[in-house]
Amino acid sequence: MSALVEIRDLSVVYRQAGKDLPALRDINLSINYGQTYGLVGESGSGKSTLALALMRYLSDNARITSGSIQVAGEDITHASPQELRQYWLKRVKLVPQNPLPSMNPSLTVMEQMLEALPPTYNRASKQAKDRVLELLAQVNLADPRRVAASYPHQLSGGMQQRVMIAMALAGEPDLLVMDEPTTNLDVTTEATILDLVRDLTQTRNTAVLYVSHSLAVVASLCDRVAVMYAGELVEDAGSHDLYAGPYHPYTQALLDSVPRLGQDKRHAPLRPIRGSLPGLTDLPSGCLFQARCPLAVPACETHPELIQVEASVGTSMRVSRCVRAHEIAAGEVSSRQAEADTAATAPSQVAEILDVDNLDKRFRMPRSWLERLQRQPPKQVHAVDDVSLELATGETLGLVGESGSGKSTLARCLMGLYDPSSGPMDGVMTLASVPLADRAAGRNQDTLKRLQMVFQSSDEALNPYMTVGEALRRPLKRLAGYRGEALEARLQTLLSAVKLPASYLDRLPQQLSGGEKQRVAIARALAADPEVVIFDESVSGLDVSVQAAIVNLLNDLQYDKAYLFISHDLSVVSYLADKVAVMYLGHLMEVGETAAVLKPPYHPYTEALLSAVPRLEAEQDALDANEQEMIRLEGDVPSPLNIPKGCRFHSRCPRMLGDICKTTTPPWQEVNGKRIHCHIPADDLMTMQTNLVLPSEVISSPSAQANEVAS
Amino acid sequence: MSRYIVRRLGFLLLTLLLTSIIIFTITQLLPGDVARIILGREASDTAIAALRAELGLDRPAPIQYITWLASFIVGDWGESYGTGQAIRPLVLERLGNSLMLAAVTLVISVPISVALGVVAGLREDSVLDHTISIGSLSVVGLPEFVTGLLLIQLFAFRLQLLPANSSIERGASFMEALPMLILPALTATLVLLAYVTRLTRASVIEELRKPYVRTAALKGIPRGRVIRNHVLRNALLPTVTVLAISVGWLISGLIVVENVFNYPGFGRLLTFAIDRRDVPLLQAISLVTVFGFATANLAADLLYAYLNPRIRLS
Repeated sequence: MSALVEIRDLSVVYRQAGKDLPALRDINLSINYGQTYGLVGESGSGKSTLALALMRYLSDNARITSGSIQVAGEDITHASPQELRQYWLKRVKLVPQNPLPSMNPSLTVMEQMLEALPPTYNRASKQAKDRVLELLAQVNLADPRRVAASYPHQLSGGMQQRVMIAMALAGEPDLLVMDEPTTNLDVTTEATILDLVRDLTQTRNTAVLYVSHSLAVVASLCDRVAVMYAGELVEDAGSHDLYAGPYHPYTQALLDSVPRLGQDKRHAPLRPIRGSLPGLTDLPSGCLFQARCPLAVPACETHPELIQVEASVGTSMRVSRCVRAHEIAAGEVSSRQAEADTAATAPSQVAEILDVDNLDKRFRMPRSWLERLQRQPPKQVHAVDDVSLELATGETLGLVGESGSGKSTLARCLMGLYDPSSGPMDGVMTLASVPLADRAAGRNQDTLKRLQMVFQSSDEALNPYMTVGEALRRPLKRLAGYRGEALEARLQTLLSAVKLPASYLDRLPQQLSGGEKQRVAIARALAADPEVVIFDESVSGLDVSVQAAIVNLLNDLQYDKAYLFISHDLSVVSYLADKVAVMYLGHLMEVGETAAVLKPPYHPYTEALLSAVPRLEAEQDALDANEQEMIRLEGDVPSPLNIPKGCRFHSRCPRMLGDICKTTTPPWQEVNGKRIHCHIPADDLMTMQTNLVLPSEVISSPSAQANEVAS
Repeated sequence: MSRYIVRRLGFLLLTLLLTSIIIFTITQLLPGDVARIILGREASDTAIAALRAELGLDRPAPIQYITWLASFIVGDWGESYGTGQAIRPLVLERLGNSLMLAAVTLVISVPISVALGVVAGLREDSVLDHTISIGSLSVVGLPEFVTGLLLIQLFAFRLQLLPANSSIERGASFMEALPMLILPALTATLVLLAYVTRLTRASVIEELRKPYVRTAALKGIPRGRVIRNHVLRNALLPTVTVLAISVGWLISGLIVVENVFNYPGFGRLLTFAIDRRDVPLLQAISLVTVFGFATANLAADLLYAYLNPRIRLS
């Protein structure tokens, strides 16, 4: 049987300011019926352009300049609008990244689903409606009737994405194009959506092109993976083989820049990819990755072709766009040999610096005048409930939890960013034994200098009209008291500390890339040499190679500073943090040394978070061999307006003990250097959770793996 | 939603109360003594004092305000100083005429301007789009009395199709009045046209760029249906609001148009009242105008909330 999708020598340009930017060049790709194909690359690699080109839904300024796209034997490269309509109707469906804006806000789910049914259905018939309910049930939506009657904004993010998948399946397509469908979802939700996709591709004979920036997600899902770089395909292989031994230095670098769960900063630094993606306006003539490649040789000056490589591992046909691919495949060279970079060192002295005792923050909900007349007390959202934490100098505390867990609220309480009118705040916060005022306005210069924060979005945190120099001079002058030459000298030190050239002082934020902006934000927070820095999802929006560089930078700059590192990404947190606190609905569930938190017995919520981390196939096999069951959380985080009684996690807990969980607040149990907030005795938890294998234990280290390839 | 309506109605009453105070205060501050205006320069002081007592003008201002408002609410709007006529029937009759003109204007302007806006928006940056934009803008740039006179010149004198004078008879039926309504309605249409067209165009362009339009197109349904069921449904929401608000403008803001065509509407009554310093009439007109604007706004908001599930269901 011939392939479902045949893309041959496809090139696409974007017309911008009178110039043609070559966004895709000579792409060859074929997808078989029923095959799950992963497309991976960092932002700017052209992966979404390729997905949209395959959909034949490129933006108006894009143009296919050469090559062809054949789907199910039909050439759709230059299809007429009528032919395209048939193509969209019968062959392919798109599941986009952001489900909410992709649905019509003024139509119910039912109305939008009916439209997606094949024209053989009479849309007004009961049969059609039943079919919609059936489809909604197939994507594991608990109450299809209620969902069908809802408008998109009434559903949670995970439910919206399920609806989008059901809508795509309604047309019974041969091919599903999924463009980063889980990128904006919580890990726990992402895990259930990936389970669903895996399930659907196994039960139906639908082929999937799965576009993602995350190698782990693609690895856990796909049969085959294509890696893109700057508009070119650089490697294409069976996913198992690709992860076992990548044959292109870029793929190797991409794999090594992501921390694995269980890998930590004392062991080895992350390996960021040096330099940045070449701009499409002036592409170098040779290999596009050459400038960033540790294996570059003079032969790289000529643009390499995709070459077929005899596989030393695995059986799949594989190609790599690297002149040294054969050497890499034979294990003669590798960009993965550990570089002489030093891992993070332990702090010189340890003393308690930040102490939080029984912190409690509630938000008052607005009352209507009727409720006010009736003297009803205002409803309160209990965002942070009785949280106690300690942080020592030189120590990093990681704070994890799903969105809505109160992580950011806790950070903002520490920074004193809430006005008392928002609701009452209780508890004691001390910085170096000095009590912290509830509001930043009530804190003195010295306190402000000692406690700083880096926000999630550097786009919003940097004033767009202030140059880098102005943004950095301000804290240097006001908090650290630098003047004149000392100020300029300190400015240079600061900039080189975050690895930015001095010429950047006069740049505006819009002239910087995402990673560079985050560097400026970090420099600003570190300007006055604080003792405690809070990072609120500060690396979450970045490409993996940039993220690795920033994480290393944070390690380099730490010395005796204490970090509170908030993230939903368990792998990054466990890499960076000495201690981890797991938060759910405003309350801590588990706190302890990172190594201890990653070992059973786990709090069931921690267990669910760990289970949700996407795994490579090899790791999956190891888990299966261990008869490790994956636990998944059903439903969404309950509203903080009515927090479940007893243990607040009981409504979603897969290991619930019984009525005691619904009625009584669980005790804190001390086990193996950590504390667990659960009714189930630690020993019982231990038996249930046999051994959740961490990825780092399966594939011990990249260099060991390279040797494996060689042998 | 019902709670929202009750709240908005409460705001409406509050608005009316506040504006009634403002209207009353301003009319108190107007130069000239009403009694003297009525009786003329030669009148004796005793006659004036007697009239002031009769009209209640010698009482303290707050008392005057409360009696005025109370009698206004129960339907006693007083008599015109100028003509001695009862004010209420006069105002209501003129209001009826203005509403009739507003209705005809909307019937003409809504389909044209919305259609032009949609066409321009769907073909953004095409020759057609630019023609529509430039055309509607150059029309709105002309003052109403110029466009009005041009229309009279063309349709009444050259083509002799429609009457130049729109002074409809009292008690004339709608069909009798219709020919006289067309030219003033056309003039008002030209004023509204550019505004509504540009708003609709911008709104259509904005919606076309949203990802849900892509979702709809990729379902493989015909483009016409994508536009009707998806784009227009959302793009016309702001237009609906603007149209509801413009009703408020149409019943009281057509002063120039009504004067050009000698149309016995609300706007002309207003100029008449100002000319004569006819304070009770002026107060009644102002209050009714405010009422009209406020209800039009309320209607616009409620309609928008009703059509938009994101507001209706929150």
